[in-house]
Amino acid sequence: MASLIPCPHCGPRPKEEFTVRGAVLPRPAADAPVEEWQAHVYLRENPRGDYAEHWHHSGGCRRWLVVKRNTATHAVHSVTDAAEGRP
Amino acid sequence: MRYSALSVLLNGLTGKAPAPAWRSPEPKAEYDVVIVGGGGHGLATAYYLAREFGITNVAVLEKGYVGSGNIGRNTTIIRSNYLLPGNNPFYELSMKLWEGLEQDFNFNAMVSQRGVVNLIHSDAQRDAYRRRGNAMRLHGVDAEILDRDQVRRILPFLDFDNARFPIKGAIRQRRGGTVRHDAVAWGYARGASARGVDIIPHCEVTAIRQDHGRVTEVETSRGTIRCKRLALATAGHSGITAAMAGITLPIETHALQAYVSEGLKPFIDTVVTFGAGHFYLSQSDKGGLVFGGDIEGYNSYAQRGNLANIEHVAEAGVAMIPALSRVRVLRAWAGVMDMSMDGSPIIDKTHLPNLYLNAGWCYGGFKATPASGLCFAHLIAKDAPHEVARAFRLDRFARGHLIDEKGQGAQPNLH
Ligand SMILES: Cc1cc2nc3c(=O)[nH]c(=O)nc-3n(C[C@H](O)[C@H](O)[C@H](O)COP(=O)(O)OP(=O)(O)OC[C@H]3O[C@@H](n4cnc5c(N)ncnc54)[C@H](O)[C@@H]3O)c2cc1C
Ligand SMILES: [Zn+2]
Repeated sequence: MASLIPCPHCGPRPKEEFTVRGAVLPRPAADAPVEEWQAHVYLRENPRGDYAEHWHHSGGCRRWLVVKRNTATHAVHSVTDAAEGRP
Repeated sequence: MRYSALSVLLNGLTGKAPAPAWRSPEPKAEYDVVIVGGGGHGLATAYYLAREFGITNVAVLEKGYVGSGNIGRNTTIIRSNYLLPGNNPFYELSMKLWEGLEQDFNFNAMVSQRGVVNLIHSDAQRDAYRRRGNAMRLHGVDAEILDRDQVRRILPFLDFDNARFPIKGAIRQRRGGTVRHDAVAWGYARGASARGVDIIPHCEVTAIRQDHGRVTEVETSRGTIRCKRLALATAGHSGITAAMAGITLPIETHALQAYVSEGLKPFIDTVVTFGAGHFYLSQSDKGGLVFGGDIEGYNSYAQRGNLANIEHVAEAGVAMIPALSRVRVLRAWAGVMDMSMDGSPIIDKTHLPNLYLNAGWCYGGFKATPASGLCFAHLIAKDAPHEVARAFRLDRFARGHLIDEKGQGAQPNLH
């Protein structure tokens, strides 16, 4: 993993200030079929390559972020606030 | 050739160069069983397919060299101190197989039952370990609870009066220990090859082809190979190989680091784990202290970790054994782990009738190598699960029958 994550609020910060939660996945509707929920909770694409994850800037601004990065090279492509683009 | 003291003597006297331990033939056009992944589990599967079930028209396809994956990167610890009924009989079978392995495959794997000691730092932890110990003994596995003085006799250099994490005792499994990891790969490769299995290195599987709902062949970097049955044993790369057959797994790939110090005189003659943080330690026969800690915590296929984790592991180590502060680390490396959603493995059939899956070993699959190979071979040969591996089903997540030793829930980086 890259040593620095460029937080959109705090600038480039050491990765140790952040906590990773896991893949950014669209949340199924509350009444979606159980198979869809099961897949949401348990199944992961787990690619060797580009990946979007939720990271929390827990030692900084405490915002949830979407980090787009590469799981093979560890390069970080972009970091945005998770609330961006939400209604 | 059978290895023995006599063969060492005769070869030494005649000056004959030793023959390679296994053949590396060109791949044939077709096999009864193709195993993807020449790590410990793939090689053990091939060995037991040939030895136990008489299936010898088998190929093991490995994308790197034999032993280049986690089988050659782990910290070599074996134990069967599991709590849950789904896990316990499986790991105990593995321990029994370790106990007879070297005679069985005629190779010195340096199986050393030097014991595994897990430290206790609080009353709650003692309760939890008593429960685990009782579960183990009910399953016929050895376990003992040690008090502080008993621990002091085995490991006098621990920081017993650490202000934050005082040592109150330990749980010990005497039959646990270490095994020379590379030799496990080599021994299984040699034993499988001698029985007719083709072990094919530098052969990466890039696609799985199907016809009428059955696997027919694999595309590889060394051409197309047809197969009657296909078995995946690709550990950290399971997500990639399963995706070739259209399967999405309950698995994430994470990096785990390990470390070895400069060679020291005999210092510690058992395996010890810190109970207040993630740190464990043993000493190799060359004298290096071999130790490790937590996975890095983020998805990675990079086979390398971060400095922050090295610092964290060093801090935990020094908190447990202050004398470690003067030891120099010689090397650090990482492997990529197939972290499953409940921390337990999968040995199962798939939606395709002739495709079999072995995955989800997390950071603890080395100790499982013999039983994993035997049970996977059983599944492939008989199309039915081995008795002790029945719980390791792929559909257990959908059915709600998780095997969550740690009780952490569906968050791979917490297991
Ligand atoms: C640092 C570290 C410490 C560990 N410590 C311990 C320990 O103390 N005790 C313990 O029990 N476990 C430990 N483990 C875990 C253990 O090493 C693994 O769970 C186990 O080795 C996995 O099974 P394997 O040996 O078959 O894996 P691997 O050796 O990784 O075998 C999988 C093979 O598949 C090959 N492959 C992948 N994709 C393809 C493809 N497309 N085509 C062809 N081949 C492919 C890979 O190259 C690899 O060689 C540790 C792991 C690490 C990394
Ligand atoms: Zn921030």
